[in-house]
Amino acid sequence: MELNHIMRQSKFTRNSLFEQGYLDEQFTQLEDLQDDANPNFVKEIVTLFFSDSTRLIRNVETALESYPLDFCKLDDYMHQFMGSSSSIGAKKVKEECTQFQECCKARNGQGCIRAFQRVKQEHATLKRKLETYFQILKQGAKTSKVE
Amino acid sequence: MGLKMQGHHHLVAVSLNEQQLGTKRKYRSYVPRKNQGKYLVLWIIVFWFAAIHVYRCIDAEHQQRIQEGLVSMCDQRARMLQDQFSVCVNHVHALAVLVSTFHYYKNPSVIDQDTFAEYTARTAFERPLLSGVAYAQRVMNSEREDFESQHGGTIRTMANKEPSPHRGEYAPVILSQETVSYLNLLDMMSGEEDRENILRARSTGKAVLTSPFKLLGSHHLGVVLTIPVYKSKLPPNASVRDRIEATAGYLGGAFDVESLVENLLGQLAGNQEIIVKVYDVTNVSDPLIMYGRQTQEGDPTRVHVSKLDFGDPFRKHQMTCRYLHKAPISWTAITTSCLGYVIVVLAGYMFYTGAIHIVQVEDDFDTMQQLKVRAEAADVAKSRFLATVSHEIRTPMNGILGMLALLLDTDLSSTQRDYAQTAQACGRALITLINEVLDRAKIEAGKLELEAVPFDLRPILDDVLSLFSEKSRNKGIELAVLVSDKVPQIVMGDPGRFRQVITNLVGNSVKFTEQGHIFVQVHLAEQFKAVQDAKLETCMNGRSNGPQSKTLSGREAADDRNNWDKFKHLIADEDFPFQVLTSDGNSQNVNLMVSVEDTGIGIPLHAQELVFMPFMQADSSTSRHYGGTGIGLSISKCLVELMGGQISFISRPQIGSTFSFTANFQRCEKNTIMDPKRSPCDDLPTSFKGLKATVVDTKPVRAAVTRYHLKRLGVLVEVVNSLKAAVAVSSSCACSGQPQPDMILVEKDVWLSGDDLNNVQVFGHILKSPKMILLATNVTSGEFDKAKAAGFCDTLIMKPLRASMVAACLQQVLGTRKAEQGKVMANGSVYLRGLLCGKKILVVDDNRVNRRVAAGALKKFGAEVECADSGKAALDLLQIPHAFDACFMDIQMPEMDGFEATRRIRMMEHKANEQQTNGSMDGCCNNRITTEWHLPILAMTADVIQATFEECQKSGMDGYVSKPFQEENLYQEVAKFFESKPATDS
Repeated sequence: MELNHIMRQSKFTRNSLFEQGYLDEQFTQLEDLQDDANPNFVKEIVTLFFSDSTRLIRNVETALESYPLDFCKLDDYMHQFMGSSSSIGAKKVKEECTQFQECCKARNGQGCIRAFQRVKQEHATLKRKLETYFQILKQGAKTSKVE
Repeated sequence: MGLKMQGHHHLVAVSLNEQQLGTKRKYRSYVPRKNQGKYLVLWIIVFWFAAIHVYRCIDAEHQQRIQEGLVSMCDQRARMLQDQFSVCVNHVHALAVLVSTFHYYKNPSVIDQDTFAEYTARTAFERPLLSGVAYAQRVMNSEREDFESQHGGTIRTMANKEPSPHRGEYAPVILSQETVSYLNLLDMMSGEEDRENILRARSTGKAVLTSPFKLLGSHHLGVVLTIPVYKSKLPPNASVRDRIEATAGYLGGAFDVESLVENLLGQLAGNQEIIVKVYDVTNVSDPLIMYGRQTQEGDPTRVHVSKLDFGDPFRKHQMTCRYLHKAPISWTAITTSCLGYVIVVLAGYMFYTGAIHIVQVEDDFDTMQQLKVRAEAADVAKSRFLATVSHEIRTPMNGILGMLALLLDTDLSSTQRDYAQTAQACGRALITLINEVLDRAKIEAGKLELEAVPFDLRPILDDVLSLFSEKSRNKGIELAVLVSDKVPQIVMGDPGRFRQVITNLVGNSVKFTEQGHIFVQVHLAEQFKAVQDAKLETCMNGRSNGPQSKTLSGREAADDRNNWDKFKHLIADEDFPFQVLTSDGNSQNVNLMVSVEDTGIGIPLHAQELVFMPFMQADSSTSRHYGGTGIGLSISKCLVELMGGQISFISRPQIGSTFSFTANFQRCEKNTIMDPKRSPCDDLPTSFKGLKATVVDTKPVRAAVTRYHLKRLGVLVEVVNSLKAAVAVSSSCACSGQPQPDMILVEKDVWLSGDDLNNVQVFGHILKSPKMILLATNVTSGEFDKAKAAGFCDTLIMKPLRASMVAACLQQVLGTRKAEQGKVMANGSVYLRGLLCGKKILVVDDNRVNRRVAAGALKKFGAEVECADSGKAALDLLQIPHAFDACFMDIQMPEMDGFEATRRIRMMEHKANEQQTNGSMDGCCNNRITTEWHLPILAMTADVIQATFEECQKSGMDGYVSKPFQEENLYQEVAKFFESKPATDS
C-alpha cells in the first residue's frame, strides 16, 4: 500500500514536472536509456548536470562582474550550459539560456544580467524539484526492497 | 509552414461590409415616400377633367347628329312643299293659257261654266295644293249692265254677297271649279287681298300670291294665287299700262296651306318628331304665320329655317322646323365617362394603398436589415468576447494549476494532498471546458485557421485509440480502427484538428457505450458512396440473413448498411466491383469518409435535431448521468465544416449511433517532404515484411481490422474461421513446401468456444514453429493462466490493436529484441541497434553531461563508446592506426572546435593514405585512397540551422546529428555509413 502510494506520488511528481514545462521529452529518452546495465543512469546524468552547471554559473557570475563584459566568453559559457540543459531535457532552463544568448548577441549587458537571474532561478527550481523527485524514487526503491 | 485556410476572415469581412452599408439604402425605390394623399387627390382631379372632356367630345358628336337630322328633315320638307307649290302654279298657268285660248281667242267662246268645271275637276289631282280655281272677268263699270244681263245675275261683293256697289271696275267670277262654285259672280276686287293681288298680277303679268288670310268658305289659313289673262299676246317688254289695257280677266286659286301642308307632311317619315311652321316674311318685322300653330313651341334650342320660293318675287316665305321634344341626354357619353372615371379613381386608390404598403414594407425591410446587421455584429462581438474572456481566464487558471502543482510538491499531510489534488483535478476540468469554449468561440469569430501540413492519419487514429484503450478495456468494449488501403499514406491537412474531431467522437462513443464495440473506419468518400449506392438494392433483397454477426462485436449497430455485406467490398483490394464516381488519380483532393460506430445508448429521437447545437445534450439527465458539456459535437461540426466536409449521424436508441463525417484533404507526394524533423510518416518497423500470419476469427469485420494492422507491418495475412482450418492451412503449407505461417493469431472468443482447445494443444506441441498469439479485449488472470496452459505461451495482445503495439508484441514474440528487455521500442531503434552493435565510436564533447548522455545513448544501441573532452584529446586518440568506426564531434568547443579538429583528422588521414599508397602500390588503385582511412565524422549540434550541411562538409565532416540525439535523425545519418555492411542481429 505504501509502495503504491509512493509510486503514485513519484509518477505524479514526474508528470507535473512535464506539465509545468520544466522537462521535455529528452528526459524521457534519458529514462529510456536507463536499464539493468545502467540502473542509475538518469540520476547520474542529473547529478553530473548540476555539478557542471553550478561550475558554469560560477564562471558566468565572474564573467559578469568583470568590466567591460566579454560577450564572447559569456556566449561560450552559455552555449555549454545550454548544451547540458538540452541534454537532460531541462526545458525551462534551456529557454532562459536562449534568452541570455539572444542578449549576448545583442550585446545587451543589462539584459544578460536579468536573463542570468532568471537562469539561476529556473536552475534552482529545477534542482529542488528534481531532488524531491529522486528522493521519492529512492524512498520507493527502499520500500520495495523492504517489502 | 504551409498554407493557412483563410475562409473565415472572408466571412468576417463580409459582415463588416454589411455593417458599413447598413445605414444606407441599398436599393432604389420607385414609389414616393410621402404625400401619397396629395398625389391621390391630384390624380382624382386630373382624371375628373379628363372625364368631362371625354363626355363633351361624345356629347358634341351626338348633338351634331341631332342637328343634322333636323336640317335634313327641314330641308326635305321645304323642298317638297316648294316643288308641289310650283307644280300647282304651273298648272294654274296652264289653265290661264287655256282660258285665254279658248275663251277669248275663239269667238264665240268654247268654254262655259260646265266645261271649265268639268275640266278643272278632272285635272284637280294636278293641283293638290289648291282647293279650287276660278276665273274672274275684268268688267268695267260701263260694261256692268251688259255683263249682268249676259250672265243673268248681279255682281256681288265677297264680304256679304250683296250686289256690288258701283265702282270703276269689277272682277266677277264667271268660271269656277265646283269646289268653289260659291264664288260665282262674286267680285274679286271687293276683297282687300284679292284686289291687291289682281292689281299686282295684271301689272307684272306673273303669278302673285296674297299674304295668308282666312279663306272664304273655310276657316283655314290660305293664300290666293292670281294670274292675269290677257286678251292679246303681249310683247315681252310691255309696259304696265299696256298690260292693264290688255287684261281680260284673272285666274285665281286658293291654296289651303294649312290642310294641304298637313297632308303633305303626313306622308313623310318623322312627322311626329318635328314641328314645322311656315311664315310669310314679306314684312320682315312682322312675319305672318301660314301654317303651324302659334302656341306649339317645341324645343326652343334647336331651330332650322329653310327658305321657300313659291315663285312670287314680291313675297318671301320661310319654313321653321323644331323638334317637338327636347333632344334626349346622351346616356352613352355619361356612362362612358362615368365608368371610365370610376375605374380610374379605383385604380388611383389601388396605387395609393399599394404605395403606402410598399413604403411600409420597405421601411420594415430597412429596419430588419439594420437589426440583422446589428444582430450579426452582436454575434461576432459575443464570440470575440468569449474568445477574449476565456483566454483571459486561462491565464490565471494556469497560474492556479501551477501553484497547486507546486503545492503538491511540498510536504503535505495526506488530507491536504487530497484537497490539493481535488482542486487540481477541478482546475483541469475547468481548463478543458474553457479550452472547448475558446475553440468554439474562435471558430465562430472566424479566428480559427487550419494548418495544411503533411501528415499520416493512421498513427493519429492509433494514438486516439490508445487514449481510450484504458477505459474501453475496463468496460470490455471492443475498440478498433480500420483505414482503407486506398486512403493515401500522407495527406495535407490539419492533423491536430482531425485528431480533435476523432477524439471527440470516439470519446463520446466510449462515454455512452457499456458493451459491444466502437469501430472507427476511414475510407475514400467516393468509394464509400459508390458502395452505398450499389449495395442499397442488394441490401433490400438480401436481408434474410439478419444483421447479427456482421458487425465488429456481433451486436447490432444503428447504421445496418454498415455491416459486413458492404464492408467486404470496401476493404477488398482488387477488382473493386462498383464504379467509383469521381476517382481520377490525378485529383489533388482526397475526400475522406470517417465513421465512428458504437453500440451505446443511442440518441433519443426527439433530441437528434439538437445534437450539433452547442451545450445541448440529449436531455438534462444525460449530463447528470454521464457528465460533459455537450459542446464537443458542435465544435466537431465546425471543424469538419472548416475541413470542407459534413458531419451526420444515424442513431437508434438502445442500439447505438454511427457518426460519420467527410473531410477534404490535399494529396501530398512523399518526396515533397523535406523536413526530417517533422516527418509525418509513421515509423513502423519494416522487419516483419514478408512474414506470414494466420488469423483465426469468426467475425469477418474484426478479422479485417486485425489484417489491416498486420498489413501495415508488411505481414501477409490469411483469415480462417477456426483453429482446425488454421492447422489445415499450416500443414498443407508444410506438405507443399511453402513456408509455414510464422504466427497464428487467435481471437479470445474463438479460443474460449472450447471445442478447439485440444487442437491448440496438439498444434502447439507438434508444430512448434508458428508462434501462437492470443488477441483479447480483456482477460482475467484465470483466463490468462488457462491460455498459458493451452499453449499461448508466446504472448497476448491486448486490444485495441495498434500497429505500433502489435509491432512491439511481435518483436517480443519473434525475438527481434533481447528477451530480457521487456520494453519494446518502436521508431526504428531496432535497426539502429543493428547498425551500431559492436561498433567502436568516439564521442568528442567538452560538456560532461552531453558526453555522458551521448555515450549512454550509443551504448544502448550496442556500440562501444570512448569519450574525449576536447579536440586535442580526440586527435590523440585518433592517431593512425586506430580502431574507431565513427566519431561524433561537438562543434563548439573551447580551444579547438569541431571543424578544426575534423580538418586536422582529415589531414592526418590524408598523410597516412599517401604514405600507404606510396609504400605499397604506385597509383593503380588511386580510387581506394580516400576510402582507406576515412573515419566517418558526424557533427553534433543543438542548433540544426546554424550548422548547415555545407559547413560541415567544408571542414570534411560527413553529416550532422542533432543534439540531444533523436533516434530517427541518428538513424538516418548513421545508416549512410553502415548500411553497406549490416551487422547481423541476434
